[in-house]
Amino acid sequence: MSSENNSKSISVTLRVWRQEGPNKPGRFIEYPANDLNPNMSFLEMLDVVNDQLTVKGEEPIAFAHDCREGICGTCSLVINGKPHGPHEAVASCQTYMRSFSDGETVTIEPFRAKPFPVIKDLVTDRSAFDKIQQAGGFITARAGSAPDANAIPIPKVAADLAMDAAQCIGCGACVAACKNASAMLFVAAKVSHLGILPQGQAERDRRVLAMVNTMDDLGFGGCTNQYECSAACPKLISHDFISRLNGDYIAASFRSMFKQAPAQTAGGAG
Amino acid sequence: MANLDPKIPSGPLAEKWRKHKTEIKLVNPANKRKYEIIVVGAGLAGSSAAATLGELGYKVKNFVFHDSPRRAHSIAAQGGINAAKNYQNDGDSVHRLFYDTIKGGDYRAREANIHRLAEVSVNIIDQCVAQGVPFAREYGGLLANRSFGGAQVSRTFYARGQTGQQLLLGAYSALSRMVGQGAVELHTYSELLDIVVVDGHAKGIVVRNLNTGEISTHSADAVILATGGYGNVFNLSTYARGSNASAIWRAYKKGACFANPSYTQIHPTCIPVSGDYQSKLTLMSESLRNDGRIWVPKKKEDCGKPPGSIPEADRDYYLERMYPAFGNLCPRDIASRAAKRVCDEGRGVGESGLGVYLDFSDAIKRLTEAGVRERYGNLFDIYHEITNENAYKVPMRIFPAVHYTMGGLWVDYNLMSNLPGLFVLGEANFSDHGANRLGASALMQGLADGYFVIPYTVGDYLAGQKPNSRPSPASPEFVKAKADVEAGISRLLNNNGKEPVSHFHKRLGKLLWQYCGMARNKAGLEQGIKEIAKLREEFWANVKVPGSANNLNQSLEQAGRVADFLELGELMCRDALTREESCGCHFREEYQHPDGECKRNDEQFAHVAAWEYQGEGKEPLRNVEPLNYEFTKMSVRNYK
Repeated sequence: MSSENNSKSISVTLRVWRQEGPNKPGRFIEYPANDLNPNMSFLEMLDVVNDQLTVKGEEPIAFAHDCREGICGTCSLVINGKPHGPHEAVASCQTYMRSFSDGETVTIEPFRAKPFPVIKDLVTDRSAFDKIQQAGGFITARAGSAPDANAIPIPKVAADLAMDAAQCIGCGACVAACKNASAMLFVAAKVSHLGILPQGQAERDRRVLAMVNTMDDLGFGGCTNQYECSAACPKLISHDFISRLNGDYIAASFRSMFKQAPAQTAGGAG
Repeated sequence: MANLDPKIPSGPLAEKWRKHKTEIKLVNPANKRKYEIIVVGAGLAGSSAAATLGELGYKVKNFVFHDSPRRAHSIAAQGGINAAKNYQNDGDSVHRLFYDTIKGGDYRAREANIHRLAEVSVNIIDQCVAQGVPFAREYGGLLANRSFGGAQVSRTFYARGQTGQQLLLGAYSALSRMVGQGAVELHTYSELLDIVVVDGHAKGIVVRNLNTGEISTHSADAVILATGGYGNVFNLSTYARGSNASAIWRAYKKGACFANPSYTQIHPTCIPVSGDYQSKLTLMSESLRNDGRIWVPKKKEDCGKPPGSIPEADRDYYLERMYPAFGNLCPRDIASRAAKRVCDEGRGVGESGLGVYLDFSDAIKRLTEAGVRERYGNLFDIYHEITNENAYKVPMRIFPAVHYTMGGLWVDYNLMSNLPGLFVLGEANFSDHGANRLGASALMQGLADGYFVIPYTVGDYLAGQKPNSRPSPASPEFVKAKADVEAGISRLLNNNGKEPVSHFHKRLGKLLWQYCGMARNKAGLEQGIKEIAKLREEFWANVKVPGSANNLNQSLEQAGRVADFLELGELMCRDALTREESCGCHFREEYQHPDGECKRNDEQFAHVAAWEYQGEGKEPLRNVEPLNYEFTKMSVRNYK
């Protein structure tokens, strides 16, 4: 971790991955970023550099961002080799220039993983995560059909544990940090969040099988217990959830081998 | 003159919605799949609407400009969601939530809409829990609650400081389920650039794929906009950088009325501005006011001293002093103005003098540091990230910032705009918060509209449209709309100016903050209108938009949005200028009581101002929908 910089202004050299489009070759290009206020956020620094590029007639650096408060999961920079930069438990947008020293060269790359193709420069397509969710990341609860919210008491520890998992912002840093480009932490977080709650039991087996199988189909790698995912996670979601996922997956696979699904019935009476 | 019939059902207030549901027309299940509905946006309102309409059997197309529906800015709501469950047995009821909301809005909203909102609030909590939203719970396993501003009961449900995230992920999971089943067709990276009107009805949209630049048209039997608020017009706000007004603004230019555009919520507890480069202001949840105490030094000369060195006797806990009944939990507009007032008196703290303390030392004594961390830990972490200060040791410094817009497209009781077939949900409409929104009510409204209102009311419109009668996207209206959009894009790209888009956005923000912010007056608003018009001219003379139209071009996206903001900003000033009273967030300096509180003028201004576009360069028309208070007495808001 870099030491905090308290000086009035700093200058750095950016080494930025530039790539015109999905099937174009990319390369690093250096840009000066001078006289920066250390309280500036990393993305605000990029705004300033981009305005300078625009005025000079060059095309600005494309980077993904939106909420700029660490919750939407859009921003996705690898800064000096680390997804979301030098600090623990923050997203790229919560990285501040005070974390860098005057004169430093700062390398900026996109999240790199086969299932996250580059769209342009530092922007990647992470729609693979949506596909995993669509396969099973839900509890079926048609609007209008719910019982009273207090009908099922849920022990506080269970609710808290579900919330720990549910905090995932879907940024993909876990995938970018993993040498196997595994999405196990992402899937584990969703499977655990829903599987811990009593409401999630009816679809628990279907959910874990569908999500894991879709993850595999999309080209994400397997987990080899390096735990880089948890270390890079801006919400510090614990790799313990991966053990839970493995347990759920094995149990569900086992049960699915022996349990005959009832015959599908279509249509209705009348 | 636009037709502004609010279509409020007759009968007693508490019976209106139930009666309306039994009387409006239905679409039979076999016919539902013959209707296509476009939903634009996937925040709480958009994703809940798209999912629910898909569940009902309609063919739904959902368009979002983000890479994923889960990114919508509802995700950032921190504090909570209100519901009249009365689980705390502290005297809450549907009527009390209704009353607090209408009073909180300073009697500038419709009674019938708000009552419906309060009624369905209880269903929302049931729905969310069934989906697996991990709300905070007590050790006994039941749901926990906390208090929010403008209420004297604990009715706010929450999931740590990430309630919006959890509610949105719930709605996103329902939407994902429908996408997986093929009931909803999801179009990501798709920004709406125009509404297509055929024979006076909204029947389609024009969108640009942000990655490829492809412009496409889509027709439908009804179009639903759930595209959020327009607070980014101020440049600095708590909104996401991508939040914009373009969808509703372009609908306005196609004939939908824009109601109360000047009603802007300035949230009292945000982290103060630190420099010129700043792109974003960060909210510190209102829930902090449950346990934090707001103060400034009594004496100006103490402002530069470390807060810990200022003795208790020399501190002014001004909200507790001015509003003893509600104290630190008075409504947002009132807390913001009070902060402005003490800073104007020279008693603000921090380098800029634009800040007040939010102090947790008493709460830490009462609850211990661990107890405070359990309730608000993530907010303290955010504060530390941004300011590099430890708020467990020194008080937070906060200042008001633009946070929400109560104004939006005009809709009737069915959430349909005056442009038939165009429905507007959530923050994008104007309907439920009057001149000030209470905390934890935005999430409630977004989900009420999407899960429990639109699924009923859209059927009433569709039942009057023949199945499979929507126009072809090849029809001339679509072709023309597409050509207009393409012309707009090439105008921006070929402008050949010198300044980047941000240059104009920053200046517009400063103008609006100065003339149409927390305090407004006639001369200032007139000046604002002139200066915005000048800035708009300058924009078109001198903006530089690099890159091309055929790939990801973030400068182009931003340029289109700022061009719309430059028009909307003027309408906001116009609205504020013509509302010659003070109400809720709208504080006209000329109209105040001797104690500095808002002086409403119910005789002349108990109405909604709905602005109608009259064409390029022409003054818009101010239509009026009278607000008839049949069941509540309009009184002076009192939080003392």
